[in-house]
Amino acid sequence: MGIRTLVGMLVAALAFIGVLATQEAYRLFLPGLLQGAVLTIEIALLGSLLAVVMGVLAALARMYGPAPLRWLATVYVEIFRGTSALVQLFWLFFVLPQFGVTLDAFPVAVLALGLNVGAYGSEVVRGAIQSVARGQWEAATALNMSRAQMLRRIILPQAFVAMIPPWGNLFIELLKSTALVSLITLSDLAFKAQQMNQNTFKTIPIFTLVLLMYLAMSLVLTIGMRLLERRASLGLARGRAA
Amino acid sequence: MIWDWAFAFEILPVLGRAAIVTIEATLLGFVIAALLGLVLAVVRIAVPRTGWTISVLVELIRSTPLLIQIFFLYFVLPKFGIVLDAFTAGVLAIGIHYAAYCSEVYRAGFDNIHRGQWEASIALNLSSWTTFKDIIIPQAIPPIVPALGNYLVALFKETPLLSAIAVLELMQTAKIIGSETFRYTEPITLVGLFFLAMSLVSAALIRSLEGVLNRRAMR
Repeated sequence: MGIRTLVGMLVAALAFIGVLATQEAYRLFLPGLLQGAVLTIEIALLGSLLAVVMGVLAALARMYGPAPLRWLATVYVEIFRGTSALVQLFWLFFVLPQFGVTLDAFPVAVLALGLNVGAYGSEVVRGAIQSVARGQWEAATALNMSRAQMLRRIILPQAFVAMIPPWGNLFIELLKSTALVSLITLSDLAFKAQQMNQNTFKTIPIFTLVLLMYLAMSLVLTIGMRLLERRASLGLARGRAA
Repeated sequence: MIWDWAFAFEILPVLGRAAIVTIEATLLGFVIAALLGLVLAVVRIAVPRTGWTISVLVELIRSTPLLIQIFFLYFVLPKFGIVLDAFTAGVLAIGIHYAAYCSEVYRAGFDNIHRGQWEASIALNLSSWTTFKDIIIPQAIPPIVPALGNYLVALFKETPLLSAIAVLELMQTAKIIGSETFRYTEPITLVGLFFLAMSLVSAALIRSLEGVLNRRAMR
């Protein structure tokens, strides 16, 4: 879908929220929902950060690490890709305390979502690194660079461009998964919605607003990643032409 | 003691019964997703005017969390006089959510069909129904089976969300066992292991299926 259509959808979603906000039946719920949305955004941002760190670390460990590290990274990726995010969330929240590690709901949420998406992300990073042309490695070797230098200066900057679209999809997945944290008592957007729904039974206004808010957040993310992709690949095209 | 084997074996039959509900929800949800996704993709080609509407619809569904969509169907539909029980509403929500993803997969499959196939069908005066049924779909589906399989696994891993509307699937059962006995370690770990085992097995199946399909395509 073109970036113009996406911007159009975002404007439409925000305008729709604006129009609904003029109605008493809807305005009532806005402050509470916005409060929840702030927590949703916080978890999404911190979770994404952790996911990127874990994704890069796991990919590098699996590709270039010594055997034990490679093993550890593989087990991490298989476990977090093989079980569902909700099970991981509950495991960290309910079972980890039995092992003497008690965390608050907020760090558990960031940890579970970040580790989950990071496992998928490691495959993205691996694919992107492998997609860099062989000649680049050979040229770097010819220039007598060390392995770390090659990765840092030659390979990763080029792999970065290929990583942007799939990471964009993963960030959207992560943003959507934040709704799960409502089930471990965090008062994010989904939690606020359910709480208000139980108190007032005004189901239609509440869930309409919530869907529009999630839509707006996803669209901002999608548009942002598209712009980043455009910028990054511009540089690459110039580099190739020169 | 952190892990109690006796307790784990005691709850295994209960979790086994719940696993059947999970698998039922997965299969029913995927049938809806695969069929509805195919319909969306075909309508998009057969009636080009609907293209924009369908892509906006797909974007809407993919941009909002499944959990909210489950709540939406479960809580909002009754306001319009359509009362669904939790299982039906949940399976429907999962099916519709993944139909949006599947429709894009089918679209990729259709896009890969050579133009000449469409032109030949027109030249042979085949109706568009026959063209789809006998020419396009038989060629478009095999290459995308692995992609659909990946979505089947993804859908399977989303079924624990049904616990949020109290469907008695694995996660909900594990939670109930946990709250009754104050032991969460065994039920939740067992549920995790079940998902891990099923995902690894299905990933291996998809990989071998991919091999078979590739070999057939080579011939």
